[in-house]
Amino acid sequence: MKPRQKRAVYIVVAVIAVGLAVGLVLNALKDNVSLYFTPTDVHEKKAPQDRSFRIGGLVQEGSIKREGDGLTVHFMITDLHQSLPVIYKGILPDLFKEGKGVVAQGKMEADGLMHASEVLAKHDENYMPPEAADALKKAQTANAAAASAVPPVVK
Amino acid sequence: MAINWFKYSAPTTFYPLAGKLIPWFAVSAAILFAAGLYIGFVVAPADATQGEFYRIIFIHVPASIISMFLYLVMAGYAALGLIFNTRLSSMMASAVAPTGALFAFISLWTGALWGKPMWGAWWVWDARMTSELILLFLYLGFIALHASIEDPRRADRAAALLAIVGSVNVPIIYFSVKWWNTLHQGSTIKYSGTSMHIAMQQAMFIMMAACWLYAIAITLMRVRSIILERERNSKWVAQLIEVKS
Repeated sequence: MKPRQKRAVYIVVAVIAVGLAVGLVLNALKDNVSLYFTPTDVHEKKAPQDRSFRIGGLVQEGSIKREGDGLTVHFMITDLHQSLPVIYKGILPDLFKEGKGVVAQGKMEADGLMHASEVLAKHDENYMPPEAADALKKAQTANAAAASAVPPVVK
Repeated sequence: MAINWFKYSAPTTFYPLAGKLIPWFAVSAAILFAAGLYIGFVVAPADATQGEFYRIIFIHVPASIISMFLYLVMAGYAALGLIFNTRLSSMMASAVAPTGALFAFISLWTGALWGKPMWGAWWVWDARMTSELILLFLYLGFIALHASIEDPRRADRAAALLAIVGSVNVPIIYFSVKWWNTLHQGSTIKYSGTSMHIAMQQAMFIMMAACWLYAIAITLMRVRSIILERERNSKWVAQLIEVKS
């Protein structure tokens, strides 16, 4: 083998070795690399019990309740399997809406609520003008209506 | 007639070629920047959820993609320099690094400016942002390591090793939003299609092309300076008109 071929092989082997090592480390630290736990994780007691952590999911439809002081907000974070009640006092981001993504940081207290110290909004990767979004929503509700109009199949 | 592909791998022949190419890349970059910014900020409609705020995407996404791609280009040149011992490859790697660092910085900065109004935070230690920050540090580390070694040939070899090993980070940035849960949203540009309105897409792809042409133009300018600096004791440099006068 010529010296330059040897060097090429060394480089390829080195990159593969480093790639594997990094891959194994990241795989081992999977839970630490992820930004948040899901409500299901909390339900299965995978989330930390006595310290602050982040929880992510969707704001459950119809769950937002504001207290009289105008600052304290109650809502539920859901991953469509489990949901978790959150209480937060502070200013919410503009994109915080029912049915939209949210990440909250806080601690589970004895009252069974997560007392959040920070609430962040998570948006999706779809970009469209408002008219297109309206049309999409209309089509979805029409589909849902059509689906519920179909009589249930008897097994 | 067979084309001699290696003709332009020598600094002697590449220097004048680069000089001739720079204006073409620079002018087309300027035109595309103007067109992309016009479509992005005037023609493209507002977004349904994010309103006008999303428009920073036209700078953020091209800068991020180019910052990752330039790293692979830099690592590729560094590897060529290490394997074939060619002078020009290592010079190209050094010429790419500052532009890559600039785009990584723009990506992080515009990301912060976008994150504050939309997410509610300038910065979150999620996998996408952290790995992009590491990319910036890799670029800066490459530049610093190269600058810290006196002998340019030894500096090339040491920095090349850093660049090559660091390339493992690029797929991590790209797939981070898939592998882990992050605050950063998933990829808009997918194999299955782009989930974006057509005018927004056009603006983004034009901006991407503009960034790309800009990166080529500026890298060629920089590599010309590096060639002059490193080959200053050679005869052909002494005979250049711009050096003589």
